[in-house]
Amino acid sequence: MGGLSQFFSDANQFLPILMSGLVVTLAVTLAALVISVLLGLVWALMGISKIKALRVISRVVINTVRGIPIIVQLFYVYFVLPELGVQLDAFVAGAVGLGVAYSVYQAENFRAGFSSVDPMLIEAAQSLGMSERKIMLRVIMPLAVRVALPPFGNTVVMLLKDSSIASTITVAELTRAGQLLAVSSFKNMSVYTLIALLYLAMSLPLTYLVSRLELRFARK
Amino acid sequence: MISLKNVSKSFGDVQVLRDISFEIARGEVVCLIGPSGSGKSTILRCVNGLERRDGGQITVDGVALTDKSLPAIRAKVAMVFQRFNLFPHRTALENVAEGPIHALGRPAAEARSEARDLLARVGLSDKCDAYPAKLSGGQQQRVGIARALAMKPQAILFDEPTSALDPERVGEVLKVMRSLANEGMTMVIVTHEIAFAREVADRVLFMDGGRIVESGPARQVLTQPKVERTREFLDRVLNPL
Repeated sequence: MGGLSQFFSDANQFLPILMSGLVVTLAVTLAALVISVLLGLVWALMGISKIKALRVISRVVINTVRGIPIIVQLFYVYFVLPELGVQLDAFVAGAVGLGVAYSVYQAENFRAGFSSVDPMLIEAAQSLGMSERKIMLRVIMPLAVRVALPPFGNTVVMLLKDSSIASTITVAELTRAGQLLAVSSFKNMSVYTLIALLYLAMSLPLTYLVSRLELRFARK
Repeated sequence: MISLKNVSKSFGDVQVLRDISFEIARGEVVCLIGPSGSGKSTILRCVNGLERRDGGQITVDGVALTDKSLPAIRAKVAMVFQRFNLFPHRTALENVAEGPIHALGRPAAEARSEARDLLARVGLSDKCDAYPAKLSGGQQQRVGIARALAMKPQAILFDEPTSALDPERVGEVLKVMRSLANEGMTMVIVTHEIAFAREVADRVLFMDGGRIVESGPARQVLTQPKVERTREFLDRVLNPL
């Protein structure tokens, strides 16, 4: 009982500091998400292109990025790019590094979505005389989203958790804020338990949201 | 209305259409029959630009089919598919209204109200809000026909419209097609329904090996074929045992 009341008093003391880390975690996750979705769409569209060179480039990029640990990619962006004249502050480097690293997983999600669309439906739309743009927006996209959404949701949850890797390049997100607290207070159990609970508080609602969306799409 | 001149097409080494020439007059109903792989469907797909011909000319309503004229030709010639190809994420009504709104740019309210009328015409006024997955094959194909009609086409191409249906569901689709024929719609139908062809078609083309082997008035070709290959095919189809 004493342990528990100790935990609550620690929580009371540490939560304000951890909350500022949590805000940074959300911000870096969101920024990386936007980058990964945009880049992922580029890789996926290149991957289903009629032009072979684009398909090859997309494949090479995906396999290369996927084959390098995310932490190494972040180090590269944060420590190596400055030597090449590109100086990014820690937050931007974290968002870009995570965004690029995750773009290849998003690309695979999107590709699975696109390739699930029955080509005969595209023919039906063509035979109605719909333009390529209309076919993309009204037939391919809505059908691809249903297939891509569940893995997309999982990818977002993974990205949220992997944003903790940005702590290694000094981004003051939740994990780093916690590490600093733990080192200075020696209260490892309280601090890391709080961090774990805070990650869960973000990822569980996200998981729930995705499963709700899935249901909504599946009903049609 | 539709004219083909020396049309040829190969898939790799296989020549699926050899020097195909024929004309279809306005209001005419023409059935293409023949064994699988004889090139019947490929003809329809070439006319609709879903397949690119290797040689020859296709003319629709006086306009030569080119990449440039393709959209205009697709607006005149609608297509009904063997596997219906309805958009699974849209209701029956939305499927029918999709072309008029999003290809022809017609006002949505008007297109939807016309779609409702068309679905009533194919006997599906109670299924407007149903998604394709909730409809039987016959119902889906009737939505497919309504979707083609919504384009106000001058001709409709039917690619084996009853081949994917339960035997019990074939009749309801043929009935809709018969009524279209009676109203003077120009129709080109790839089919294995010999009895339907005999009753409804003005003309029958029998194809084999990428060529038109025999063509003529439906009754003549189907009951007194002049070419041995046609006779052999009809005999096998009509007396499978």
